[in-house]
Amino acid sequence: MDSICQSLAEIVGEGHVSNRPEELYIYSRDLGTAEPHLPRYVVAPRTTEEVQQVVKLANREKIPVVPLGGGLTLAGLVMPLRGGIVLDMKRMDSILEVNERARYALVEAGVSQGKLVAYLNTHHPTLVHSEPGAPGQATVAGNVAIHGQGDLAQPYGFNSDMVNGLEVVLPTGEVCRIGSCSLAQQWFTQHPLPDLGLFLGWCGTTGVITKVSLRLFPRKRIRDMGMFVLEDGDLVPDILYRISHTEMAGDLIAWSQELPVTVSGLHNISIFISGDSEEELELKRKLIRVGILGEYIHSGVGGLVGLSANVRPRLPRRPPVSTIQDIKKGGGFEYVGAIMPVDTYPECCRRGAEISARHNIAYTLLGRVIGRSHAMMFSWSYVFNRADEDSVREAREALYESDDLALELGGIPWKPGVYGQQAVMERMDPNTLSLMKKVKKLLDPNGIMNPGNWEVS
Amino acid sequence: MALTEYRYSDVIHRCFRCGYCKFPTSFIEVNNCPAYARYRLESYSTGGRLWLIRAWLNDELDWSEHLGEIVYSCAACKNCAEQCPLPFSDDIVDMIVAAKGAMVERGSVPSAVKEFLENVDRQGNPYGTARSKRGEWMEGTGIQEYDGQEFLYYVGCVGSYDTRAQQVARALGRVLQKGGVSFGVLGDRENCDGNDVGKLGEEGLFEALAEENIRQFKDLGVSKIVTLSPHAFNAIKNDYPRLDGTFEVRHYSQLLRDLVRAGKLDVSSGFKAKVTYHDPCFLGRWNAEYEAPRDVLRAVPGVELVEMERHRADALCCGGGGGNFYTDFLGGSEDSPSRIRVRDACATGASIVATACPNCLTMLEDAVKAEGLDDRLKVMDISEIVGEACQARGS
Repeated sequence: MDSICQSLAEIVGEGHVSNRPEELYIYSRDLGTAEPHLPRYVVAPRTTEEVQQVVKLANREKIPVVPLGGGLTLAGLVMPLRGGIVLDMKRMDSILEVNERARYALVEAGVSQGKLVAYLNTHHPTLVHSEPGAPGQATVAGNVAIHGQGDLAQPYGFNSDMVNGLEVVLPTGEVCRIGSCSLAQQWFTQHPLPDLGLFLGWCGTTGVITKVSLRLFPRKRIRDMGMFVLEDGDLVPDILYRISHTEMAGDLIAWSQELPVTVSGLHNISIFISGDSEEELELKRKLIRVGILGEYIHSGVGGLVGLSANVRPRLPRRPPVSTIQDIKKGGGFEYVGAIMPVDTYPECCRRGAEISARHNIAYTLLGRVIGRSHAMMFSWSYVFNRADEDSVREAREALYESDDLALELGGIPWKPGVYGQQAVMERMDPNTLSLMKKVKKLLDPNGIMNPGNWEVS
Repeated sequence: MALTEYRYSDVIHRCFRCGYCKFPTSFIEVNNCPAYARYRLESYSTGGRLWLIRAWLNDELDWSEHLGEIVYSCAACKNCAEQCPLPFSDDIVDMIVAAKGAMVERGSVPSAVKEFLENVDRQGNPYGTARSKRGEWMEGTGIQEYDGQEFLYYVGCVGSYDTRAQQVARALGRVLQKGGVSFGVLGDRENCDGNDVGKLGEEGLFEALAEENIRQFKDLGVSKIVTLSPHAFNAIKNDYPRLDGTFEVRHYSQLLRDLVRAGKLDVSSGFKAKVTYHDPCFLGRWNAEYEAPRDVLRAVPGVELVEMERHRADALCCGGGGGNFYTDFLGGSEDSPSRIRVRDACATGASIVATACPNCLTMLEDAVKAEGLDDRLKVMDISEIVGEACQARGS
């Protein structure tokens, strides 16, 4: 054990630090197509104070620090591109407070989405958070650090817009609180203080988030869903716009996929609604089914499954991300998500199918509405066989092309890998880029935080 | 063994490491994999372990004692198989056991595993205690050696040698006597059932043990077996048939349920306590028997049965499976699964945590001591509770 490792062990305990080949191997690899990069140390802290001490040590020794949550961005954002310390935050997994009346949850950075859902189900059944639909080990803090979205994106926007407050360890080691928690022990709002949103969307390059206060929302007692199916993708933006205008829908997702062949070529709009009573639910159903979709149904452009009191499609327990990724029986799955204007949906689909065809991968395309059709997160997904280098390469190239496509169509790649980040920064206003660089330099003078990501040259 | 020779070479790369295997169905805790609970590093999760195994078989990683400990820290509890959403979920534990087999084949196993296997090979038990002492637990009980009775009562290594588990073996013997069951034991002639030997990847030794047991059972005319341990129950029920050893085998909780229902076991003296039940993996997830032990407890007047948040197929393993009750790769920490489990039990407000497995019993009892919960929580085997309720008392 070298002296750095010894110092880390003194901070977090010997069992929670490793520089052995086995841990370095596992933490060097992302779940997507990114090439591996070996860290020098893996550290799993339990407290903010431990994070603080690790960061102070790293800053003193100029060792990179890469905070890791669930590790499910798939884009290589938690790869130790310059080596250093991978900080596995998942031991910090306490739910510290749920304030029912102010509707927020205060959690440590390692709390998983699955745990928060389960905890609210059991202890606060009238509350819900915007759940991103990733496998359950994705963390709340990781999600806001990448501007994630969830199943309440349509009514309420990005999850990072739902943050009431943060506790962060700055790259220089200070513990800093953002929002009302900086004045008192109340975590109910970020506003009206001067904006210090320097940690959301920065992917761990400006500090280590250690606590998050996240807004919760009323959980309705009954849920229902319907699916409008049509062939003409050009109509999808209009339908999404009109459904969002009713303000009756929850999650709103348009999707199209090549497999199974029975759905190939079709576009599907999944419409989720909820209510506290059958009457409320029926009102919402009618406003969407009769008020909006009826016109399309009568003109013969599409058909509706569900959104009827008599037909209750089975609601998915969790989106089956993990089963989709095994289509090639190869264990590999990665997607480019991009924040796009909703009007680009048809072109995103057409061009996405072309990219998939070029790389011999069945297309899987999905657009989740964010806000009242303010934007959508559009994803181009590619499965690959992890044991086949050619398959990995094809998927990687398809992903790069999708990053380029998103930018070409006026969108912005969401949580892009290094390739996508560079493509974004090449097109960015120079003054904006310069501001990013100044912020980074100010917060992280030694450049230790997740170096290689969002690096302005 | 190279990756190409590995039985699961066409499957092992398909693990995505999505992490479902760490959770129970409810997702309430991320630590439902006992090895991940203990270490909280990705290398100790099921997915991490599978990726490391593949790297080792692919010559990307050298074998090390640490790699061996990571692989052997798998308690074969099957939580991963229960939770994995992918079509190969049923093979996950076998993938790990096959990797252990590859390590055995190369002669590269952690020293504690080597010791376990050598002890079983030499003395028929993992403790290395003399075979001639195997039957000492039954002294003074009046329990008969098997000689054509209806049931062979198969005790297993832990019940035969561990001091606390011996009490349970005797308690069950007395209950069976009280219930008028015709049964006998093998005493010093009993040998290791091989369940954990197989899960440690020593397939050759497992087969030798199983074949020897099958031969002895057949020579003695055994047709019905009741086991104290779910581990033995699992081996005899699921593995012995492929070696031409088919017997009518029951875990004792199943037999006790029938005896109580048939009125052959009078439990009317009752047992007044709030009790929570810990599901042993080799009874629950491996053999889907969740109800018999609960039915027995519910039949005892005075027992108030309360469930831990994680129970049945979602139960947290005590960490004793896959030989870990002896090799102890999961011990020594407040994050040891057995210690988490007794804290879970304590949170129910129960004064008794009951189980139906001698391995679980000893693991949980040690954990109660380590947690300093002796004055709040007592660990009992179901046979002991029934023993109290039917006044089949003894030491």
